[in-house]
Amino acid sequence: MDFYLGLIQIIGVHTLLGLSAYCVLLTGQVSLAQAGFFAIGAYVAGMLTVLAHWPLIFALMASGVVAGAIACAVGFPALRVKGLMLVVATAAFGEAVRLFFFNFTYQVSRGAIQLGPHGGEGFRQIRYFPENGWSTLDVVLFIWTVVALVMAVLWWMDRSRAGAVLRAVGEDEIAAQSVGINITAVKVSAMTIGGVIAGIGGGIFAHYTTHIEHIQFGIVLATFAIAYPILGGLSNVFGTVLAVIFIQGLLIEGLRFMGDWRNLLFGGLIVLAMNVRPRGLLDAGTLLTLKRLFSRNRERSGA
Amino acid sequence: MLELQSLTKHFGGVRAVDGVDLSVARGEILGLIGPNGSGKSTIVNLICGLFPLTAGHVLFGGTDISELPPHARVALGVARTFQNIRLFEQLTVWQNLWVAQNSGEQRQQNFLPRWLGGSKGAREKIDRILEFFDLGHKRDELAGNLAFGEQRRLEFARALAAKPALLLLDEPAAGMNAEEIDQLDSRIRKMRQDGVTVILIEHHVELVMSVADRIAVLNFGQKIAEGTPSAVQANTVVREAYLGTAAVA
Repeated sequence: MDFYLGLIQIIGVHTLLGLSAYCVLLTGQVSLAQAGFFAIGAYVAGMLTVLAHWPLIFALMASGVVAGAIACAVGFPALRVKGLMLVVATAAFGEAVRLFFFNFTYQVSRGAIQLGPHGGEGFRQIRYFPENGWSTLDVVLFIWTVVALVMAVLWWMDRSRAGAVLRAVGEDEIAAQSVGINITAVKVSAMTIGGVIAGIGGGIFAHYTTHIEHIQFGIVLATFAIAYPILGGLSNVFGTVLAVIFIQGLLIEGLRFMGDWRNLLFGGLIVLAMNVRPRGLLDAGTLLTLKRLFSRNRERSGA
Repeated sequence: MLELQSLTKHFGGVRAVDGVDLSVARGEILGLIGPNGSGKSTIVNLICGLFPLTAGHVLFGGTDISELPPHARVALGVARTFQNIRLFEQLTVWQNLWVAQNSGEQRQQNFLPRWLGGSKGAREKIDRILEFFDLGHKRDELAGNLAFGEQRRLEFARALAAKPALLLLDEPAAGMNAEEIDQLDSRIRKMRQDGVTVILIEHHVELVMSVADRIAVLNFGQKIAEGTPSAVQANTVVREAYLGTAAVA
């Protein structure tokens, strides 16, 4: 049972990571910096609860704010470059963050033990949940409440004019400029929102794993972050959740019995999924079909 | 209303636009014609600020807008269409106009309502423009699924959604049939009545001659003639530019 609860936690946190990349991807930018923002959120929230004894909620807010501010600052220079160059620039930022935490030591003595980030050995003993008596189920519920909140906000934003503007910039920057959209402001805003979401996700991640270290926030995590919205499709936020469940639940955990063959099959299945559904698992066509099915059923039950 | 002062744009060694002086009065329809590669579209791009000037100035309503970014020029009231249609194909027809409501007046609305949905007035404005372009029944279709003529109309409509004072139409009749060109003609006239100034770039000579008050002719990045449609039609230099020296002689 705990295994499944653990899996649901992972899916929840990775959904936040995927949604942060989703925001940025809507404006047509492929960013590999999301793992960096996630790492910043993890360390900030961990240090605030462990060293400063902040309540978790406030620590998460702070991690969102800090990661968002850094995303905003990074966004201005990074978004001047486009396409592959942006991928390289954001990947470099992600690695810089990882190396920063590899070298970052800030320890405080608490009696016999030392607490706080300790360079390459990582940041151990982020024991907010056990110390406050949260059961695994409580943690699961907490994570998914946050996920649901973030999804609700993004869903609503998607349907507002802001969502249409983000997509317009993603589709054609020249046309977007020519109808009066300030594309730099829009892209930096998307990057900032993405940074806030990644920061909150990282903060939660630090607390349920209780031990974070630099290597967890490398290029692999950045690739996962961007893979979720690409695989899930950009029609709405549920595509990303579906992709996280598909990758984390089905491919990574479901194929564990295959041992070393798993990695091979993992890559193959993603390629297959993208070939069968090039516009993402949940594309506009599927949504239309679902909508029709739903309205037909309603008519029938109404009659 | 609009004044171009020795407008110049070089791409490497190519003098795409070379010292063009041109002015457009409020409420006027100016036709801009010239052979392919004569610099017409480049002038439109320079007025909109898509790339920086090599030399010269763009004055709009008396102020120098040469250094302003494109979106700021739209806010002042300069809107355009593209020669090769550039719609937001994954957005619906309605959304294409929705994202284009960025005029100065529209910007002055409160931040939140503007980004969340726009006022009732703004929404009604979109519906009115769509009706004017006979696109009301297509409002929820994806722009990419429209027929070619409808896409041209939608681009025109999208440019109007920003409440422009000056509208730059870059070959709006390209690929249209005679009936569609007639409708375009009457829509341009209707817009002038509503107080919009128009610069019309067009290869379709009949349309330009019929609708424009004044015509400027470009060749190799320079203005070679300017005047009323009939005067331009009779101009020898213009005939040479289009047909070659031998043909005219």
